Amino acid sequence: MRWIWIDKFIEFDSGKRAVAVKNVTLAEEHLHDHFPGFCVMPETLMIEAMAQTAGILVGEARNFEEKVILAKIKKADFFDYVRPGDTLRLEAKIETITTEAASTSGKITCEEKTIAEIDLMFSHIDKNLAGKDFPEENFVFTDMFKSLLRGMNIRKETPH
Amino acid sequence: MAMSRDEIFKQVQEVLVDALGVDDDEITPEATLMGDLGAESIDFLDIVFRLEKAFGIKIPREELFPAENLMNNSELISNGKLTEKGLAELKDKMPHTDLAAFEKDPDINKLGDLFTVNAIVNFVENKTGSGE
Repeated sequence: MRWIWIDKFIEFDSGKRAVAVKNVTLAEEHLHDHFPGFCVMPETLMIEAMAQTAGILVGEARNFEEKVILAKIKKADFFDYVRPGDTLRLEAKIETITTEAASTSGKITCEEKTIAEIDLMFSHIDKNLAGKDFPEENFVFTDMFKSLLRGMNIRKETPH
Repeated sequence: MAMSRDEIFKQVQEVLVDALGVDDDEITPEATLMGDLGAESIDFLDIVFRLEKAFGIKIPREELFPAENLMNNSELISNGKLTEKGLAELKDKMPHTDLAAFEKDPDINKLGDLFTVNAIVNFVENKTGSGE
């Protein structure tokens, strides 16, 4: 997770839920090929957007000390197309979080319309692969990601 | 109210259908999670989380699927087989599983076969106190 595919967080309830926004634009080159004359956002990239929203939520819950890796797509159901100009609202909730992993549920909407339901599982890899070494530094959460939260001034803030 | 064994099995079946993407008729009591149902390591955690939710129980790490810990401990394994100590440890950790057949040839490659649907049902029955 070293590229940012969501634009900003608009709600962030630490350890519980987060809402991010992703604006889809025709300036994204892949849309021209997917498909020529009929541009729709690839579903895999909707999963990526949810993985970033939920992944940051999970990482923040442990103060970004864990290396949080997407481990399993539990569910990915898609109900509608996403076209250039659409604004996606990505809502992720933590269902379970333990020392070694977290499970999240998520919903993508566009102007109140449900676009997708995506449930994921994340692994805290240092806690799961006994005997295998990973670099000390947290290569998952670079400063880039933390700035996404800092920039919004919502780090550790819990809306009521 | 305590659940019947049949009710527990049905609920476990539902959990496994969702977690592993298999058909419910594949989930027989004897089916092994890894061999027959294709479970991988992350699926075990997924199953634990789902069982906790479905039955309203807490399952501490390593209680339901303790094999990973055993396999990473050189004291408990020699020449690809569990040592006496390893076997004792396994028996202690998996009281809900019948280990008689495994004991005769404690090959660690066969450890995966111990995790059957039945073992989960036994475990849940025990946890929810329905077994009494």
